[in-house]
Amino acid sequence: MAKPPSRPPARFDALGLRRALGDRMLPLLVAAMAFLAALALAGSAGAAALVRHWQEGAAAALTVQVPDPTTPLPQSGDGPEATRVDRALQVLRASPGVAGARALSAAELADLLRPWLGDAGASPALPLPAVVQVHLSGLGPDVQALQARLQVAVPGTLVESHGTWVQRLAVLAESLQVCAWLVLVVVVAVATAVIAVATRAGLSARRDSIEIVHGLGATDGYIAARFARRATWLAGLGGLLGALAAIPVLLALASLAAPFVSAAPQEAAPTLAGDPVRLLADSLDTLPAELWLGLPALPVAAALIGLLTAQATVRRWLKRLP
Amino acid sequence: MVRLDGVGLHYDRSGRPGTEALRDLSFSVEEGGFRWLLGPSGAGKTSLLRLLYLAARPSRGRLTVFGTDIGRAARRDLPDLRRRIGMVFQDFRLMPHLSAFDNVALPLRLAGVPEARSRADTIEMLRWVGLARQMEARPAELSGGEQQRVAIARAVVGRPNLLLADEPTGNLDEVQAERLMVLLKEMNRLGATVIVASHNEALVARHAGPELRLEHGRLVDHG
Repeated sequence: MAKPPSRPPARFDALGLRRALGDRMLPLLVAAMAFLAALALAGSAGAAALVRHWQEGAAAALTVQVPDPTTPLPQSGDGPEATRVDRALQVLRASPGVAGARALSAAELADLLRPWLGDAGASPALPLPAVVQVHLSGLGPDVQALQARLQVAVPGTLVESHGTWVQRLAVLAESLQVCAWLVLVVVVAVATAVIAVATRAGLSARRDSIEIVHGLGATDGYIAARFARRATWLAGLGGLLGALAAIPVLLALASLAAPFVSAAPQEAAPTLAGDPVRLLADSLDTLPAELWLGLPALPVAAALIGLLTAQATVRRWLKRLP
Repeated sequence: MVRLDGVGLHYDRSGRPGTEALRDLSFSVEEGGFRWLLGPSGAGKTSLLRLLYLAARPSRGRLTVFGTDIGRAARRDLPDLRRRIGMVFQDFRLMPHLSAFDNVALPLRLAGVPEARSRADTIEMLRWVGLARQMEARPAELSGGEQQRVAIARAVVGRPNLLLADEPTGNLDEVQAERLMVLLKEMNRLGATVIVASHNEALVARHAGPELRLEHGRLVDHG
C-alpha cells in the first residue's frame, strides 16, 4: 500500500494557487510599484528636510547693510567717537534676541561680489556699504523695532530678513511634497489594481476548483483567505524587492542632496575616495530618518494591500455563487 | 429531511416562460429514506440534484432541506448545510492538482476535522473503494472507474446526512457497481437519506426502491 501523504493542513494548497497565482509576474510588478513608492517617499522626505533647513537658516540670521560705514558719527554723551558701522554693531549687540553680529571683511565682500563683478569686486570704484551678519538667538528680535532703533542710531541702515525668499522656497518645497504624496497615492492605486487583476485571473483559472470546494461546504472566508494568503506573500515579496532595489538609488540621491540640507556640506557629503566602510556608513547617515522608517514599511504596506485587495476581490466574485 | 412544494427552476435570469428546467415539483423524502431518481436524458434529474446539493436556489416554490427554507436562507448559513450533504457527480469533479488522498480528505479538512482523524477516515475509505495503492495518484493518472471511486469516497467520507448521486455507476464495472450499491444501502441503513439518479434499469431492478420519475422537468411518478 502506498504511504499516504502527511502534509499538514496549514500548507495544504486546496485550490492549487501556487500555479494559479504565479510567483514571478505579480512580485515583479509590485516591486516596481514599491520602487516608485520609495522614490516618492524620498522626494517627500528630501523636500521636508530642505524646508526645515531653509527655515532654520532663515530664522537664525539677519543681514544688515550700513552705508558709508567708515564715516564717524557725532559723539553721543561721554562715549568715544565711533564710525557708523561700529555704532550699528553696538546697537545690534545690545538688542535682545541677537546672539552676535560681525561685519564682513573686505575679502569676504569681494568673494560675494566676484560672481557678478569678477576680480574688480576686490577694489570696487564705488563705495560699498558694510555688510553685517547677525546671528539670532531664541525667537530672535522684533525686526521692525530693530530697524527703527538702527535708523535712529545710524540713519540709512537697512535690515534684510531672509524670510520672504525662504518662504517662497518653502512653498515650492511643500508643493513638491504634495506631488510626492500624490505619486504615492497613484502607486498604491496601481498596485491595488495589479493585485486585483492577478487575483481575478487566479479566480478564472481556478473557477472549477472553487465551485467544487464551495459545493463541499467551504465558506467565502475560507476561499478568500486562501487567495489572500498567497497574494499577501507575493505582494510582500515584491515590496521587499522594490525597497531593496531602491536603497542604492536613494543613497546616491541623498549624497547629492547632502550639501543642501547639511550645516557643514563638505563634511557631510561622502567623497568618492577613502575607506569603503566609512564611505558606506557616511552614505547611510545621509538618508533622512523618515526613510529609515518608510523603507521597511514598504513590504508591510504591499503585503497589506495584497491581503485586503485579494479578500475584497474574491468575496465580491463569490457572490455569484449561491 | 427534503421537502419540495411547487418548486420551479429556470436558468434564464430574465424568467421567460418555457426556459424552466423544473416545474411544479412537490414531494418529500423522509429522514433515512431512499429514492431512485429516474427519467430520460434532459428530464431534469441533474437540475433537481443541483437544487438538493444547494448549487442553485429555486426560482419559485419552497425547498426545505434539513428544516431550512433554502430560498430564504442567508448565504452564510448554506456552507454548514452543504457539509451535511455528500454528492457523487456524473463527471466526478475531482480536483486535478490534488492526489486521490487529498481529494477524499478535502470535505473533512473543510469541516475542520482534526488531521489525525481525517487521515484515518480517508485511508479507510480509500481502502474500501479499492484504491489503497493509488493514494498519491492524481486524477489524470487514474482510469475513469478509479476516478469515480475517488469521487464516491469523497462523497461518503464525511458520513453525510443526505447522500446524492448522479449516475454513480456510469464508469464502473458490474462488480464495482454492486459494491457501490452495497455502500449506498449501508449509508442508508445507518440513517443517511439517499437519492440516486440512474439510467441503469438493470441496477434499479436489482435494488428495487421508491422512485421519483421526471419527464420534461415535471414529476410524473412518485412512490
